[in-house]
Amino acid sequence: MATAVPGLGSLGRQAVERRPAAPPLVWVPALLVAGAALLPIAYLIVRAAGADEGIWLLLLSPRTFRLFINTVLLGAAVAATAILIAVPAAWLTVRTDLPGASAWRVLTVMPLVVPSYVGAFVLITVLGPTGILQAALERLWGVTRLLDIYGFFGAWFTLSLFTYPYVLLSVRAGLRGIDPAIEEASRALGQSGWTTFRRVTLPLLRPSIGAGALLVLLYVFSDFGAVSMMQFDSFTTAIYLQYQASFNRSYAAALSLVLVALTVLVVVLEGRQSRVRYHRIGSATARLPRRVHLGQWTRPALLFLAAIATVGVVMPVGVVTYWLVVGLRHGDSILVSLRPAINSITASVLSALLTVAAAMPVAVLSVRFRGRLSTAITRVSYAGYALPGIVVALSLVFFAARYVVPLYQTLALLVFGYMILFLPQALGPLRSALLQVSPAQEESARTLGRTAREVALTITVPLARSGVVAGAALVFLTTMKELPATLLLSPIGFDTLATRVWSAATEGFFSRAAVPALLLLLASSLSVGLLLSQERNRWRDE
Amino acid sequence: MRYLLVVLVGLTLLPGSLGSATAQAATLTVYSGRTRELIEPLFAQFMKATGIQVRVRYGETAELAATILEEGQNSPADVYFAQDAGALGALAYAGRLRRLPDGVLQKVESRFQSSDGAWVGVSGRARVVVYNTRRLTARDLPASLQDFTHPRWRGRIGWAPTNGSFQAHVTALRLLWGNERTKQWLTAIKANGARAYRNNTAIVAAVGTGEVDVGFVNHYYLFGFIRERGQAFPARNYYFPGADAGNLVNAAGAGVVDSSRNQAAALQLVQYLLSEDAQRYFSNQTFEYPLVSGVPASPLLLPLSQIKTPKIDLNHLQALEQTLKLLREAGIL
Repeated sequence: MATAVPGLGSLGRQAVERRPAAPPLVWVPALLVAGAALLPIAYLIVRAAGADEGIWLLLLSPRTFRLFINTVLLGAAVAATAILIAVPAAWLTVRTDLPGASAWRVLTVMPLVVPSYVGAFVLITVLGPTGILQAALERLWGVTRLLDIYGFFGAWFTLSLFTYPYVLLSVRAGLRGIDPAIEEASRALGQSGWTTFRRVTLPLLRPSIGAGALLVLLYVFSDFGAVSMMQFDSFTTAIYLQYQASFNRSYAAALSLVLVALTVLVVVLEGRQSRVRYHRIGSATARLPRRVHLGQWTRPALLFLAAIATVGVVMPVGVVTYWLVVGLRHGDSILVSLRPAINSITASVLSALLTVAAAMPVAVLSVRFRGRLSTAITRVSYAGYALPGIVVALSLVFFAARYVVPLYQTLALLVFGYMILFLPQALGPLRSALLQVSPAQEESARTLGRTAREVALTITVPLARSGVVAGAALVFLTTMKELPATLLLSPIGFDTLATRVWSAATEGFFSRAAVPALLLLLASSLSVGLLLSQERNRWRDE
Repeated sequence: MRYLLVVLVGLTLLPGSLGSATAQAATLTVYSGRTRELIEPLFAQFMKATGIQVRVRYGETAELAATILEEGQNSPADVYFAQDAGALGALAYAGRLRRLPDGVLQKVESRFQSSDGAWVGVSGRARVVVYNTRRLTARDLPASLQDFTHPRWRGRIGWAPTNGSFQAHVTALRLLWGNERTKQWLTAIKANGARAYRNNTAIVAAVGTGEVDVGFVNHYYLFGFIRERGQAFPARNYYFPGADAGNLVNAAGAGVVDSSRNQAAALQLVQYLLSEDAQRYFSNQTFEYPLVSGVPASPLLLPLSQIKTPKIDLNHLQALEQTLKLLREAGIL
């Protein structure tokens, strides 16, 4: 993986030199976070140990193997597609003179707020064999049936569309962290804009792309909503089936451990790439990047972004609004309650704050104090994310109801659960941001008499700001739509917009699901707009 | 960062501690696998009638059962209210439901309750065939579930093999037909191009748009669609005319959790669910079958007494392992 940045001399290749041991300020909280992330695995081991011998029959069955392969293929396909959408979208929205760039920056992130089961349902409603599109085509040309959306295609399409923003946010943060002097050097040496992008920018973005793609891949492993709506069997289907049909928690736990093993493998493979150095030695502050003039490419660029926004944002909003209208026409009473919206935002803000705070020491440890312990801690913190929400929720039910009863079913426990579930979403962008900060700056501050803590707070955190913003945005949005853990861990009566949508939609009351669904999209987009306005986004005009 | 954390911890602890401070002994906690949309008014009526406060955790039936099992004896749940007999059976099997008094059990036919009195059915749901009325009339539909294996139905059937009520139905088929014939039927339906949907709602929606022409579902989902889209919604339910294996009536039910410290109030809630008021509510609002005699079913439904069901004991519907094995062997799960 050490092929990064040819032509840039000492910049890319060598491994980060060994640092002194981590201060307690870093490793103590990091260890605590890792301990929290290990809770689900501890629970799974306890449960799986109680399984009878039949479990081996299940684990080694051809079907389990097929589901395993299904899951890996789906994950790989979705991650690859997400990169293909996200990298150009990120570059267009932060590095070019694209008209309306700030609106596009928010709009391209929005598909993330659509819960995957709602997204799948919307796609089926519109693009299904007898969906809205077919009805329109039938009126025009008598088309009675469209091609089948179900199966691998539908699952791939849905998940790619609604998860690419993980890569997008990560890459945007990455683009902002690149010192433009590097790219300018390439241009000065006579390379074309495209070559510079391919041979300089892209390799420098590799940690950001990797971090984002990892989030997408592991999200696919954990997803149940989209794959079940799209009638595609993945490993999660097998786990859910154990809970729902057999009421067999031991078998479910054993299957979940396989998912954990797969996650560790993926994280280890991904981890190999971050051994190269991505910061530039020398300048303390990056200059502003030069804005690329799109010229004749403006139109195709707009078309590309508009296509994504149409399918990922306009279509869900349109379908949900349609439900609302249909319900109102048939006299359904629509009650608008703001309570679930307030609950959703409160829980999501707390979740974003706690998760970013928890990810910070882990990220610093893994980037600045590389070693066995730091690697282990980083990998462990990915465990909860690839597991279906129900598994993580039950593990916290198990521990809290037994050992910390006063915390059980409190907002504190719920937010703690979100932290375990979404830690990697903050960790990914933070790590890639830190990789772009030169340790020389921190060292200078130390030699000038600052303590490690002061350096962390005054140098490292501010310089990693783009990563903090991206991580917080990801965690906030994912928490907004989280369902299984919210249902089990929230204080009783703590309704969120996501639980309201689920409650109405499972009974087929789509019009009643419409108001909370629209509020979910609205509240999320406003928050994203607010959050993204914190992103530094200035250009140097020539 | 330290201040941030202090504020955070303070913020997160605050609502929690307030919540537990207001929890009093007279408050009843219900874990409901039935959704708020359908059931909340019932709890409101109960609170008004008895003055007992009810707090409800809504969720998926099976997941709430797993939650009670994981909580152990510290479970806050007093009453467990489930979509289907299977989940209640799983809790009863683990010894987590307290035996209900005979007075409660006697109100409901024995076929709609646990044989050891651990839970009681409170509303009935019939398995039916939902069909698209633009493509079919009731006369086009066959006399038996068996007949859907005919090539005429190729690519026109929707089902939900991962759904609990479908699996309960397959268990019933096993009891009626035996394993071999059931497996042949499953294999033939799959070979006939049946589409596997996630749940009943998805099937009814698909039948409505004509994505498939018929679907094997519980009867009451249709009425939610009709309420929302009007009588023009192009789907209706079909019951098999004879005592066919396709006709099965299952129950949603409730039980008192063994670790409940409010046994008396919990029992009161279960009794309330069997009261005339509640049974009428099921009849008129959720379009389910009331299970206590004397309360008529909605006029939109074929009366329970007229559904010719083969003799089946719901207690046997918990025997799911064998059913799942069969579904796996038939290549469906």
